[in-house]
Amino acid sequence: MSEKVLMKGNEAFSEAAIRGGCRYYFGYPITPQNEIPEYMSRELPKHGGSFIQAESEICAINMAYGAAAAGGRVFITSSSPGIALMQEGLSFLASAEVPTVVMNVSRCGPGIGGIQPGQADYFQATRGGGNGDYRIPVFAPASLQEGVDLVFEAMELSDKWRNPFFIFTDGILGQMMEPVKLPEKLPDIKREDIKKHKPWALTGYGENDAERNTVISLRIQPDVLEKHVHKLFEKYERAEKELCRVESFGLEDADVVIVAYGIVARIAKEAIEILAEQGIKVGLIRPISLWPFPYNEFKKLSRNTKVVISAELSMGQLIEDVKLGVGERFPVRLVGRTGGMIPSSLEIAERTKKILEEIGG
Amino acid sequence: MGAPKMFFAGSGGQGILLMGQMIGAAAMLEGKEATFFPSYGPEMRGGTANCTVIVSDKPISSPLIFESDCVVAMTLPSMHKFEQTLKPGGLLMLNTSLIRHAPKRNDINVIEVPVTELANELGNSRVANIIMLGAFIRATNVVSPENIEKIIHDVFSGQRSALLELNLKAFNFWQQ
Repeated sequence: MSEKVLMKGNEAFSEAAIRGGCRYYFGYPITPQNEIPEYMSRELPKHGGSFIQAESEICAINMAYGAAAAGGRVFITSSSPGIALMQEGLSFLASAEVPTVVMNVSRCGPGIGGIQPGQADYFQATRGGGNGDYRIPVFAPASLQEGVDLVFEAMELSDKWRNPFFIFTDGILGQMMEPVKLPEKLPDIKREDIKKHKPWALTGYGENDAERNTVISLRIQPDVLEKHVHKLFEKYERAEKELCRVESFGLEDADVVIVAYGIVARIAKEAIEILAEQGIKVGLIRPISLWPFPYNEFKKLSRNTKVVISAELSMGQLIEDVKLGVGERFPVRLVGRTGGMIPSSLEIAERTKKILEEIGG
Repeated sequence: MGAPKMFFAGSGGQGILLMGQMIGAAAMLEGKEATFFPSYGPEMRGGTANCTVIVSDKPISSPLIFESDCVVAMTLPSMHKFEQTLKPGGLLMLNTSLIRHAPKRNDINVIEVPVTELANELGNSRVANIIMLGAFIRATNVVSPENIEKIIHDVFSGQRSALLELNLKAFNFWQQ
């Protein structure tokens, strides 16, 4: 394995995608992910890949649809309002079962909003903004190493599951630097071998081909469409079992359990240390996959737990999944900031203590 | 300082982010954990620039700093903005070529370095950041000077190699 390198998040994620086999990138500039198109435009051609600056994010997602339908390995990125523009395309890709890894280096909204970090695209990522019944697995890294590993793996998983995959990160992870160990680059897949790896792909109709491949999301007959959606949901059911990922600690004897993902989970870990010094036991559940959400992890909560807190950079989106996980067993409260404001570890600790007092702990 | 939390602050074009990145890279050479997080926004040359750097023997939970051990201020507004984040007994390093006012805090250690003047003595005002970096490393030992020199060799290689000697000299220029 290679040695560690100090890299900016956006560049490390880009390199991980290339090493995971990405040869096609389509994008339109938006802060805070601009280092990605810059890096891809410079590096992809060195690997025989193509970079195209799209005229909009709508165009980028549809270029991805085309290249991936032809069997190419595609990675595309944007930030919140740009990801919003891609939603229609994502629904099409999910329906047509076309793999592509999409990364949101999120900022804050609503609207054009601001350029500082946010997590208010949780619903957009986990519930989907496109039309129809579909699901997209979502991974939310908390460190550059985890981000590198997840992007690399998602490139493979997306092909394996024939489904778009989301990497949901934010401006802090995109902009910060941390030492990372990059994975070894996967061997190139030759154009003539695509058919072997992806028999469904649009690689051209040969003389010996029995049937013509089609990649479509239009199914006008209700019975045909229902059957197709049922088939998709059998896949999603398997995904719920196989793709769920979570980190947790201290749940057995916690007074409070904080649920947080991405950068907020890192701040929460500091808050937990502060509270431990004051004799308050706080456990952490950090969902790594936001869909499928690790609901089962909440079964580990002990009877002594007084409250479960959802800490997030939004006005209460993650909290809805936390409530689904907790059920009626414990009260659930929100510690949220929005607009690009980031809570300090001290703020999370103080607000946790205040919530404990209110609950009567 | 177990895991020193540092702010580097000044204005765009002063090489603020490079100071932070070099410390992060040197820490990595020493097998330590490091994070670097730059302020980002609609910023440009002459606007504000700052970054956080944390160096630790253990995994670093958050790259954000709300209470700092060290602040390096290269301009007056950056001193005003960041001196309040220092813990009592923390270190404030000031570019006194540009900062003519005393800090408000009196419970901290202050080291004054007229880096712009020193850089002019070396014949290039652009190495002010590297002179400050040299002063900072000698004052804190957060990473070893030898490892910063290795990073300077990396940064000023290839097309930039003409600037190597000047930067090595700048890094070793400040004597307390």
